[in-house]
Amino acid sequence: MASSKTITVDVDGVTYTDDVEPRLLLVQYLRERLGKTGTLIGCDTTNCGACTVHLDGVSVKSCTMFAVQADGHQVTTIEGMAQNGKLAPLQEAFHQCHALQCGFCTPGMIMQSASLLKENPHPTETEIRDGLEGNLCRCTGYQNIVAAVKSVADGVQYNDSGISANVDLVEDQRAGVS
Amino acid sequence: MTATVERGGAEIGKARLRKEDAHLITGRSRYTDNMVLPGMLHLAMVRSPYAHAKITAIDVSAAKASPGVFAVLTGADVADEQGSLPNAWPVTPDQKAPNHPAIAVEEVAFSGEIVAVVIARSVAAARDAVELVDVDYEELAVVMDLEEALTDNVLAHTTLASNKSATWVFDSAEAGTGSSIADALLNSDVVVERTLYQQRLIPAFMEPRSTVVDPTGEQITMWSATQIPHILRLMLALTLGIPESKVRVIAPDVGGGFGGKLQVTPEEVITVLAARRMGKPCKFTETRSESLQVGHHGRAQVQRLKISATKEGIVTGLDVNLLADMGAYLGLITSGIPVLGAFMYNSIYKFPAYRFECNNIFTNKPWTDAYRGAGRPEATFAIERMMDELATELNMDPLELREKNWIKHSEFPFTTVAGLEYDTGNYEAATAKAVEMFDYQGLRAEQKRRRDAKETVQLGIGVSTFTEMCGLAPSRVLGSLNYAAGGWEHAQVRVLPTGNVEVVTGSSAHGQGHETAWSQLVADRLGVPFENVEVLHGDTQVSQRGLDTYGSRSLTVGGMAVLAAADKVIEKAKVIAAHLMEANEDDLEFASGAFTVKGTEHSTSFGEIAFAVFSAHNMPEGVEPNLDSEATFDPVNFSYPHGTHLAAMEVDTETGAVSVLKYVCVDDIGVVVNPMLVEGQVHGGLAQGIAQALYEEAVYDDAGTLVSGSFVDYLVPSAPDLPHYITARTTTPATSNQLGAKGVGEAGTIASTPAIVNGVLDAIRHLGVKDVKMPCTPSRVWHALQEAKTVEGVQ
Repeated sequence: MASSKTITVDVDGVTYTDDVEPRLLLVQYLRERLGKTGTLIGCDTTNCGACTVHLDGVSVKSCTMFAVQADGHQVTTIEGMAQNGKLAPLQEAFHQCHALQCGFCTPGMIMQSASLLKENPHPTETEIRDGLEGNLCRCTGYQNIVAAVKSVADGVQYNDSGISANVDLVEDQRAGVS
Repeated sequence: MTATVERGGAEIGKARLRKEDAHLITGRSRYTDNMVLPGMLHLAMVRSPYAHAKITAIDVSAAKASPGVFAVLTGADVADEQGSLPNAWPVTPDQKAPNHPAIAVEEVAFSGEIVAVVIARSVAAARDAVELVDVDYEELAVVMDLEEALTDNVLAHTTLASNKSATWVFDSAEAGTGSSIADALLNSDVVVERTLYQQRLIPAFMEPRSTVVDPTGEQITMWSATQIPHILRLMLALTLGIPESKVRVIAPDVGGGFGGKLQVTPEEVITVLAARRMGKPCKFTETRSESLQVGHHGRAQVQRLKISATKEGIVTGLDVNLLADMGAYLGLITSGIPVLGAFMYNSIYKFPAYRFECNNIFTNKPWTDAYRGAGRPEATFAIERMMDELATELNMDPLELREKNWIKHSEFPFTTVAGLEYDTGNYEAATAKAVEMFDYQGLRAEQKRRRDAKETVQLGIGVSTFTEMCGLAPSRVLGSLNYAAGGWEHAQVRVLPTGNVEVVTGSSAHGQGHETAWSQLVADRLGVPFENVEVLHGDTQVSQRGLDTYGSRSLTVGGMAVLAAADKVIEKAKVIAAHLMEANEDDLEFASGAFTVKGTEHSTSFGEIAFAVFSAHNMPEGVEPNLDSEATFDPVNFSYPHGTHLAAMEVDTETGAVSVLKYVCVDDIGVVVNPMLVEGQVHGGLAQGIAQALYEEAVYDDAGTLVSGSFVDYLVPSAPDLPHYITARTTTPATSNQLGAKGVGEAGTIASTPAIVNGVLDAIRHLGVKDVKMPCTPSRVWHALQEAKTVEGVQ
């Protein structure tokens, strides 16, 4: 058994300190140690994007990072996307545009889309498709996913669907989460 | 495309947003691998690196001594209890099949077959120990190619005398559904003969398969990423010799299936064996590499085809001779897949003569089984490719040839040469709409312009018309084909004291939107608010009867059971309403959730009746205080969705690069419950059909090793690889169910593959290219173009 290392990570606005094996992947740390099972594992070759999270606000595939590499950083998962119990615009758009079926790619798609829009707030359809190249979906054929992202970029305001998001655990720590 | 959410009123046809989304978009998903149970142990599989070998010795001592390992089980350890994995569709009485143990005992027949399982305290510990299991193999010759397998020079199993599992034949002259194919081939003006290849595909659902088994209660409880909790429960009981009542199967959130999770897997059986042996919950979750390597595959056929016609283009007959790759074993319905296709080769056409023969062949690969469309995409591809070849031969527009041969709207109901009765259809309407949306004439003109100008990027137009036998299926028909189960579906509608309703369905949702659609059906029928309907599924303890989800059967079979159960609730409520209102039953009408005495304002709401039944203070004499009702629906016929798909394909003649310029499809799926869900199903279906045409193939080397064993090599298309789809519908209601629905899940997949390939060939046929094997990759297209140039140079 390899010697373990102590890490301190901010995940969705909560600070965690844990001893981890160096070989533990970030996605395993999130799922198995923190119980954050919203982030999913769909492959073992960094192709599918189901495990996409934000590291200091930028999207990364958490299956291709070790937990020790997140030491001292801030991680946002799908479970930290909603603010004050209200869905993020992309979450609402995915629902309104029927951009998910089985839902397995959805967390990664939402995280990647958020990162894409941060980098390019007004993408064309082609730019959206290219920006999602690293995220596979087997259900939707992508058209509604692209439409959902486009609608957020275009500032479409949806009526509140009434879906309640997770209650924030530590609201005051969440100021830096975007 | 955004749906407006309305309140109340008729629910059928409304684009309701999905009830399923809330937990999935917020990360509160309940996939099997998310589960943790107290004391849970983890499994990892030891798999054969060889495609065919004898196991001569296994040494597990080092693995057992590895940190965190509790046990290592080999096939010999569980030989008495593991049984043989089920094949529920023996297509012929003399079908041959090898014994199929979950853990191989003496011989492995494909690369990745399980030879031992490690049980440990963590996944990491289990996987570490897998490396320490020492297996001695004696390599045996492998047979990978179907034509080669047919010769029996090399056997896929040493225990079988031949690689042939079964031969299944349908002949229209013998069946009395048509005339003789031999005569047709002999006496027709034109006969076109081609051999086409259906490459091996991998379902590639996004959620890898996962199973958790808790053996600690009176019942063994299994959570599994499956499409078929009910069938799985029965099959596990039969395979392992456990009383069925002692097994409970739950399909929680399931991340896609597409037929790929319509299986009783070795891993599920092994997880039960391990959990029972250890007396503790056990979990196995496959890696993606394992999933691609050993999850069952799809398609994999050689299609030898002859089509005959008059010189005017009237088709006189079709002869189909198939080699179907079973792989190394027969899975749940492996052998039935080509047989399902047998009824669809005549598609929407009126052939007088038809013969179909398939030879089911064993090779040293994972077994094939259901994958989106299951037999019907293969059949549609064959006939639609042949119609284009015939049109080329006769120098005729491919649409004109189809129109000459299809069943006219006025000719329905129509008994086909394959013996099915098509109840309704309107191929004229769907085609006319597609042609208009596509600008068929305009694109033909553009095609001619590019050809005349000898432009580098040529344009091709791919035509594909299709119909599908959907809504599997009338039980008596399945029985006549030797399928072991029926095709009915069950539903229960429970009325709670507050008037809220629970619907229990035997369908098993995994992304289709059952909870939303079933809520709409019940809200429509009972007049209760959509929000007040709860749909329960995927747990054999809640839903005791069911035949699960596959074959676009959910709405056309499962949905009809829901409606029938809701109707029974109304009948029951009517008796009680009449009593409460001191009215005559015949004077009551039920609408918008209330019984009203005709011609008066006197009414009682459904909620009031629900509470009156709960309190039971004032019930009519001899009537049970219970509104709950159930129904089992067994359809009288399949449903027959159809459609016309048109693809404009660009082919770069210098690089072989292929792209979709425009894709238009018009599908007729009968009456629609939720157009938003339908649209989603069409999109997803198109993506998978286009993927077969252009991107995906399971590739093996000569030793039987999967070369495309990860998402790096097996090209599941991503967003930039696929076009924007232009979709529309026509509506010709089905007559085989009370709603007139037909089913939609497989439509896009079935029709799009030939549309794309026909389009690619249409772009470069004038350059001498006769065929391109799927997937039509740039390399293959480029090579086909070079070959054509060489041939032209020689001539």
